[in-house]
Amino acid sequence: MKSENQLDKDTVLEVHNLSASYNRKPVLWDIDFRLKGGQLIGIVGPNGSGKTTLLRNIMGLMEADSGYVRLFGQDLNKVRQRVSYVPQRESVDWNFPVSVREVVEMGRYRPSNLMRRLQSSDQDLVDLALEKVGMLEYATRQISQLSGGQQQRVFLARSLAQNADLYLMDEPFVGVDAATEDAILRVLSELRDAGKTVVIVHHDLQTAYQYFDAMVLLNTRLVAYGAKDDVFTRENLQEAYGGRLTVLSKLSELIARSEFPVREKGFKEKSGEGDAAGK
Amino acid sequence: MSIEAFYIILTGALVAASSALLGSFLVLRRMAMLGDAISHAVLPGIVIAFLISGHRESLSLLIGAAASGLLATFLIELLHRKARLQEDASIGISFTWLFAIGVLLISAYTGQVDLDQECVLYGEIAYVPLDQISFGGLWTGPRPVLISATLFVLTLAYIIISFKGLKLLSFNEDHAKSLGIRTQVWHFSFMAMVSLVTVLAFEIVGAILIVALLVVPAATAFLWTRSLVPMLILAVALGIAASAGGYYLALGLNGSIAGAMVSVAGIFLAITVLLKVLVRKKA
Repeated sequence: MKSENQLDKDTVLEVHNLSASYNRKPVLWDIDFRLKGGQLIGIVGPNGSGKTTLLRNIMGLMEADSGYVRLFGQDLNKVRQRVSYVPQRESVDWNFPVSVREVVEMGRYRPSNLMRRLQSSDQDLVDLALEKVGMLEYATRQISQLSGGQQQRVFLARSLAQNADLYLMDEPFVGVDAATEDAILRVLSELRDAGKTVVIVHHDLQTAYQYFDAMVLLNTRLVAYGAKDDVFTRENLQEAYGGRLTVLSKLSELIARSEFPVREKGFKEKSGEGDAAGK
Repeated sequence: MSIEAFYIILTGALVAASSALLGSFLVLRRMAMLGDAISHAVLPGIVIAFLISGHRESLSLLIGAAASGLLATFLIELLHRKARLQEDASIGISFTWLFAIGVLLISAYTGQVDLDQECVLYGEIAYVPLDQISFGGLWTGPRPVLISATLFVLTLAYIIISFKGLKLLSFNEDHAKSLGIRTQVWHFSFMAMVSLVTVLAFEIVGAILIVALLVVPAATAFLWTRSLVPMLILAVALGIAASAGGYYLALGLNGSIAGAMVSVAGIFLAITVLLKVLVRKKA
């Protein structure tokens, strides 16, 4: 048991020399990293930096120009049952005539059971997932009657019902209320504590440091990846976010507040300059 | 009601019901115009099947139509995914090109083809009772009734068997792919069914009005329901009602039955929208 656990803690997600383009415009350029399992991992970068494209490439939803991806050391098709993907909430039509429960049931759909009824063990997993996100009492509601936060919880429940080892989520914190944010974070932490791996595309730098254990910092190219303290340095953020000084000046505050260790002399002076230039 | 009237209404109802079932998923997948595309793209298949078989024998027509419907689906996918054209442009190019070939073939082989362009564009449901077929004395009746009944059973069976797959594909295709489901297989089987129903509707309401049978009852049902099965049932009921209502409207006005059927379906939708707007204003 321990050795299996050990394997899970080792590299769960590897991306090798991945380049991808959209409408002939390069979006990802030579991305190469490995991530250990059992942690909350943020894919962070400015708008248009290729975060969603990276996730779609990992899930084989678009063709890469070059490079490849390994999950648990294998091709995606061999480990699909262990991987759960949550697209952006806005990517589906929430007026679709299905109930909350029906959406979560889709997390139990497999190529093998698509023409059969779900088993009672599947239904139990659906109940459990609905309960974890606090949506059990809304199970019979049509999804168009939900708030944004509730919609995101339904998506999370569908993903939980898949009972995977690796979760890949695209912007789960966008447009949700504070209660939902807490609920999502709690569920994700539970997953992490159970030894599972959660990879989240996240655009908000303010909260990224607080949410994640490790990060991939992206801006078409890979800027940095690894433990959050190693990634969240002024140089890396400057490289990823470039001249967006308003963001950076907010960040220096944030870094100071989160007692991020100042490794270099003159950090304060530098951040002072940044502020001045921003104004 | 005369037996002729009954056969006309029955044929219209069966075709409208099959169209409504498939059309519901077209509407939910936001592919209503793909139905329009398929309905035009089946024309060259029909004409070629005609030229090869030499008569209006329906099986070869169905095969020809399904083949060219799938060819259109394939062309659209090819232009969109491989040539990386926009999807709407891919649809616009594929179906007009195939329809053009069909028109060219009809006009070039007018002598051999017992199909006139009027009939292709507007259909002729009024001739349904004239095309009689007999099964060794067991059953004698119009061939279109038999074919549309067979196709309705086939469509219903397809929808029941594929219900979960179609629901998953329609709600969130990327999620379906991430589960390892071969969405292309589902997409092509669905489009093959749309092509089959389309070729039948072709004889009855013509190429232009098919898309109305696919989309209008389904869209009306979508506005009234909150769950998929009730939506499908209501769409079928509205299709049948449009067929019956259309027949009597055409009788009263001494006009085209196909035109009347689609007009009635449109009136159902108009009433729905009106009621929804009024209710929303009150609330």
